[in-house]
Amino acid sequence: MPEPAASRTALPAAGLTADGRTAGALPPPGRARVVLPRADRRQIAAIFAGGALGTLLRAALAEEFPHSATAWPWPTFGVNIVAAFLLGYFTTRLQERLPLSSYRRPLLGTGLCGGLSTFSTMQVEIGKMLSAHAWGLAAGYAAASIAAGYAAIHLATAVVRRVRVRR
Amino acid sequence: MNVLVWVGVVLIGGAGSVVRFLVDGTVSSAAGRDFPFGTLAVNVSGAVILGLLTGLALGSTQALLAGTAAVGSYTTFSTWMLETQRLTEERQHRKAILNVAASLVLGVAAAALGRLIGAHL
Repeated sequence: MPEPAASRTALPAAGLTADGRTAGALPPPGRARVVLPRADRRQIAAIFAGGALGTLLRAALAEEFPHSATAWPWPTFGVNIVAAFLLGYFTTRLQERLPLSSYRRPLLGTGLCGGLSTFSTMQVEIGKMLSAHAWGLAAGYAAASIAAGYAAIHLATAVVRRVRVRR
Repeated sequence: MNVLVWVGVVLIGGAGSVVRFLVDGTVSSAAGRDFPFGTLAVNVSGAVILGLLTGLALGSTQALLAGTAAVGSYTTFSTWMLETQRLTEERQHRKAILNVAASLVLGVAAAALGRLIGAHL
């Protein structure tokens, strides 16, 4: 498999090396298989801050708009699709448009978008729909989340790539 | 819902995100970066835990702090989708489909298993 393809997949923030380069940008010298990701305190603080804000927004929406097990989970669906769009936007912009920064990606991507979106709640919601024999709703919710989430990333990526920004 | 609970949501949400970053990085460096195993591990483990908490039928404040804030911030939908989209961009369609299917099937199964365990505790 071609190396550039494999290395560009290294998208989680953990793919950033300590000096802020993406793991796939160059063959990093001595790409050690470390046990813990190399992360400095500023990076961790940025993830914490972004995650705190994203979680607050998601939790506030979930508390504000409760729904029954067999109703469409708009709060989860909404935050997931919005977070996917934002992550696609931030990741593409930060990787392909802006000078590399060691804390923007952790703050906005890993922190904010990661905290705003949730996978576990979606799975439990699908499980409850299945328990209630709402098969169509469960399948529709899973399919719509994946289709809309994927489309949101695709759209955000295309938007960033079309707009030329001054470096 | 008092202010202290929301301060808790903020702090726990931040911590959950940091734990996700560390677990993702640890799994990715052990399993390699050709396939997004890190996100898969985070999401499936989070689904078991949230299922378990759901099975325990916690009070609303406990559910908000432990479920919505802690486990909700630990797992991620957006990174799952980003990694899937990037795999298809690289024309690795099989991996992309596998990433969607494996996460969904394992996630639903993990949540169901967690609920089953939680209901019997």
